[in-house]
Amino acid sequence: MKAIAEISRWAIPLLLLFIPVIAFLRKVPVYESFVAGAEEGFNTGVRILPFLIGMLVSIRIFVDSGALNILAHWLQPIFAYFGLDSNVAAIIPLAIMRPLSGSGALGVATQLIHQYGPDSYIGRLASTLQGSTDTTFFVLTIYFGSVGIRKYRYALKLGLLADFIGLIASIWIVTKTF
Amino acid sequence: MVNLIWLIMLVIGILISAINGQIEIVTVSAMKAAELGVEVAIELIGVMSLWLGLMRLAEEAGIVKGIARLFGPVVRLLFPTLKPDSPALGAIIMNLSANILGLGNAATPFGLKAMQELQKENPTPDTASPAMITFLALNTSCITLIPATIIGVRLKANSANPTEIIGTTIVATGCAMTSAIIVDYLFRRRATK
Repeated sequence: MKAIAEISRWAIPLLLLFIPVIAFLRKVPVYESFVAGAEEGFNTGVRILPFLIGMLVSIRIFVDSGALNILAHWLQPIFAYFGLDSNVAAIIPLAIMRPLSGSGALGVATQLIHQYGPDSYIGRLASTLQGSTDTTFFVLTIYFGSVGIRKYRYALKLGLLADFIGLIASIWIVTKTF
Repeated sequence: MVNLIWLIMLVIGILISAINGQIEIVTVSAMKAAELGVEVAIELIGVMSLWLGLMRLAEEAGIVKGIARLFGPVVRLLFPTLKPDSPALGAIIMNLSANILGLGNAATPFGLKAMQELQKENPTPDTASPAMITFLALNTSCITLIPATIIGVRLKANSANPTEIIGTTIVATGCAMTSAIIVDYLFRRRATK
């Protein structure tokens, strides 16, 4: 675990050191090439702006209205049906939020960790879930939007299915491990 | 599908705010979210420029090609529709590496770059190509070795062992990623039949 954390800490500094040095040794005009590449950054940022705003507005209104808690309340019997601890139901808002909004999900996870304690079952489950799935819906709309794709085909179905399996796997492994 | 989800979130949010007698939430949230969108985009321009500049150096020095060749066999298996020397491969590999290491804000620039390269090889510019769908499935379900943010939250909440969830996270993401690869393969086969 410690080794992995060290790799993560050193990854960016080492990339920033080795890529320019190797490029220089291979006779690349390092500064000029860097600037030429960096130029693209601005256009991409501007291109995704409307998609970002469109999605953030809709998601934010949905979340701030309290719709999430009502939805979670409806979904609770489904969890009970599968014989899961009623405790697990506390995780539902996080599971719904996770594909939609990164900062929103982090907020819910943080609140759960503080409310139940970081070393409780819910605290560990929320941590695992937060670390293991991505903001799938959000990422898809922004990435596709940035290059002008309008028909996603089976991409959304596939991404959300993977998230769902991540949720099931999180519940299973946390129940088994701790 | 996205049009419908977008509309449903908007309508349900507004209706529930109205029922709860807190319709002003809608106004505040909409304005705040629009502002946030600009903040995120501006921040992204900064990191994006940094990483794309670095990536151009790596490309011109032949490093990207070298990495792509190294991972060639795996990539060919996952992306059978891509040319073996496709310029998208370097960006795809960098994006997945950044995801695995938990370097979220380095992952996005490479991911957007990968999408641009994939779009150049896409014969149907308004429809997602199989390679794009595979890439996004991998990107969003990718194994995470260091869930740095959540470890930070646990640390602040006085956890006795903030990093104890690294193991469970690796297992959960491993399951998600494996099933994403399998299901993607099945969907792709069905779509091309």
